[in-house]
Amino acid sequence: MSAKFETRDIVVPGDLLYEGRIRTGDNTFRSEGNVYSNKVGLVNYSNDRVSVIALEGTYSPLVGDLVVGMVTDLELGQWVVDISTPTDAILTINDAVNKSYRTSFDMTTVLDVGDVVVAKIVDFDRRRTPILSIVGRDLGKVYEGFIMKITPSKIPRLIGKKGSMINMILRQTRCQITIGQNGRILINGRNREDEELVVKVIHKIEKEAHTSGLTNRVQEYLRTIKEDRN
Amino acid sequence: MSKKTKKKTTKRKTSKKKWVRVDGRKPDELRPIHIESGVIPNADGSAYIEMGRNKIVAGVYGPREMHPKRFSKPNTGILRCRYHMAPFSVDPRRSPAPSRRDQEIGMVMTDAIEPALFLERYPRSVIDVFVEIIEADGGTRCASINAAAVAIADAGIPMKDLVSSCAAGKYEGNVILDLGDYEDKKGESDVPVAYLPKNDQVTLLQMEGIMTQEETEKCIELAIEGCKQIYEIQKEALKKKYGMVEGAEETEKAPEEEKPVEEAEEE
Repeated sequence: MSAKFETRDIVVPGDLLYEGRIRTGDNTFRSEGNVYSNKVGLVNYSNDRVSVIALEGTYSPLVGDLVVGMVTDLELGQWVVDISTPTDAILTINDAVNKSYRTSFDMTTVLDVGDVVVAKIVDFDRRRTPILSIVGRDLGKVYEGFIMKITPSKIPRLIGKKGSMINMILRQTRCQITIGQNGRILINGRNREDEELVVKVIHKIEKEAHTSGLTNRVQEYLRTIKEDRN
Repeated sequence: MSKKTKKKTTKRKTSKKKWVRVDGRKPDELRPIHIESGVIPNADGSAYIEMGRNKIVAGVYGPREMHPKRFSKPNTGILRCRYHMAPFSVDPRRSPAPSRRDQEIGMVMTDAIEPALFLERYPRSVIDVFVEIIEADGGTRCASINAAAVAIADAGIPMKDLVSSCAAGKYEGNVILDLGDYEDKKGESDVPVAYLPKNDQVTLLQMEGIMTQEETEKCIELAIEGCKQIYEIQKEALKKKYGMVEGAEETEKAPEEEKPVEEAEEE
């Protein structure tokens, strides 16, 4: 009945986290009565459970998540959208336009293969394929900007506590940034320089996501770059 | 002067008594190993290993949609390993086309790593592991498994344990650990073993050549000991990536800062 690490220690798959009975949180599993980590991450012991905050990870979709995806295929009455999940997501016509499906309807007028969409996950079908919707404010086809990818497990860090990190970046760079929970970030700025600044900052956050006091350091980093430029 | 010569003679005597391996290692000594994780930015996970003169890169992609779709399984994910030797990895040059040996080793790697994964969590998907041998020096399949395991962990794919792998064998009548290229070719026997240290499970056991039963058992035991040593190096390699960040405070305070924020912010 004891903890084998201290909170915020780095653990790797197979590390014994706790001997004895305790509830298992994220990224842990039980084997022969003990709790082990199954990912690289920072261990977190709370009163009644042990969990691991993953440092690397694939995106597992949840209902309500905002994602940035790319249309990869057109099917009868639906689009197939790659949102970097283990299985591709599906966007039906009903969730894309306020019309019912008719055979005469040309789907490519709404979305075509290669188009990028900002969408929301609204449901899962019986095979746990994510169902998307682009009906709503700030959702739909993307016309300008560019996409960068980071590890999905670091998205919460990029947003920060109640959006503190991303709001600070938005204020400082004046770019439009849409963060998909699947690790794809849509950036659209007034000029190239601002956009490059955002890319630099996001790379820094991704690299140092596991350290504390990051928001202040990023603010400092932004200021020094801006001063260099002027 | 005389002192020096004396010393030399005594040294020579001791070395004659003891049998020494081609590269001067002890019978139960591993080659120097260096592992690095996260070397390919475009891959979901990656690792680079140097095991003696072996130089191997492993890249992991997925879990992702499987193409062609008919190979996917509705109840479980699939692990695909591709083992490939670069044309310049050996002398004389090797044809870059995938050979029967490459296919076989790819399959063997898949079987060795699969028990450590939770593939049932990813139905209809595939995890692709690509292993490229840049320089070969004997025991590439073991080194490849080591690199692949680190790369999969680096990709953030849930694992029950890291897979460690190491060979043991017989050379000039002695049971030795981690055979190099010369020992592999001239030796009597070679036993590659892959091992899950947490569960004490052997996931790969092959044997080439002739040995007695006792020797074989000794070989397997020795190889497992080697695997345990490699396991520690693999763990270190994974942690090293997050070791030192310049200007970062020591991680003392505010664990709640790390907690995921549910809603995405947009403008």
